[in-house]
Amino acid sequence: MTTPLLAIGPESLELERLAAALDASAGSNAGADGAVVTFLGLVRNHNVGRRVRYLEYEAYEPLALKSFERIGVEIQERWPDVRLALHHRIGRLEIGDASIAIAARSPHRANAYAACRYAIERVKQIAPIWKREFFDGGDMWIEGATADPDDQRARAEAERIACA
Amino acid sequence: MRVTVRLFARLRDIAGASELARDLAPGATIGTVWRELAGEYPGLAQYERSISSAVNADYARMDHVLRDGDEVAFLPPVSGG
Repeated sequence: MTTPLLAIGPESLELERLAAALDASAGSNAGADGAVVTFLGLVRNHNVGRRVRYLEYEAYEPLALKSFERIGVEIQERWPDVRLALHHRIGRLEIGDASIAIAARSPHRANAYAACRYAIERVKQIAPIWKREFFDGGDMWIEGATADPDDQRARAEAERIACA
Repeated sequence: MRVTVRLFARLRDIAGASELARDLAPGATIGTVWRELAGEYPGLAQYERSISSAVNADYARMDHVLRDGDEVAFLPPVSGG
């Protein structure tokens, strides 16, 4: 079975699968690429002073996938030679598990690095995904950004961080 | 007309349901549904300025006019990644 470039689901994440999916989608242009930059986000055992036991992720899956597609389009506009793969995991994740995997492939490393960073910043801004933190002494939903894909200031901020 | 309402994360906890059905008058908007829900579940009111909304799995604004059979979703601030 071919791995999709964009995905969300309960399966564990492997960067190799994203790299392979990008490789397969490159077709006859594969030889032109000189860099793959990858990012793996992990569940850590501490957050603002709390000892975290595990996380539960939930998503509005069809809209999350569309958000990933939108991020891919934004990357096409800003870095036309980059191709993106992005997988997000949902369900219960233990400490050390990967929650998100991103791979950006390009003829040159600078654009691949920037696009990879941009993708994670935009996921945190606009993807309808939530984590519930279970820590020593309780649990709470983590609430970050109000999702608004048309907020150009947020988009510009993600781009600024990506290119810093 | 009738719409389905989807609630996520803490909004779902507050309402005690992930999915609700609502009967609406013609011309009702996403905002109409939100105000109705916030009246029913006072804990939702604190999200008035921070929620996002969607119709049929596309982001949509509060003034979006609904149609029979639509799926409306209310999304608290997101925390993916």
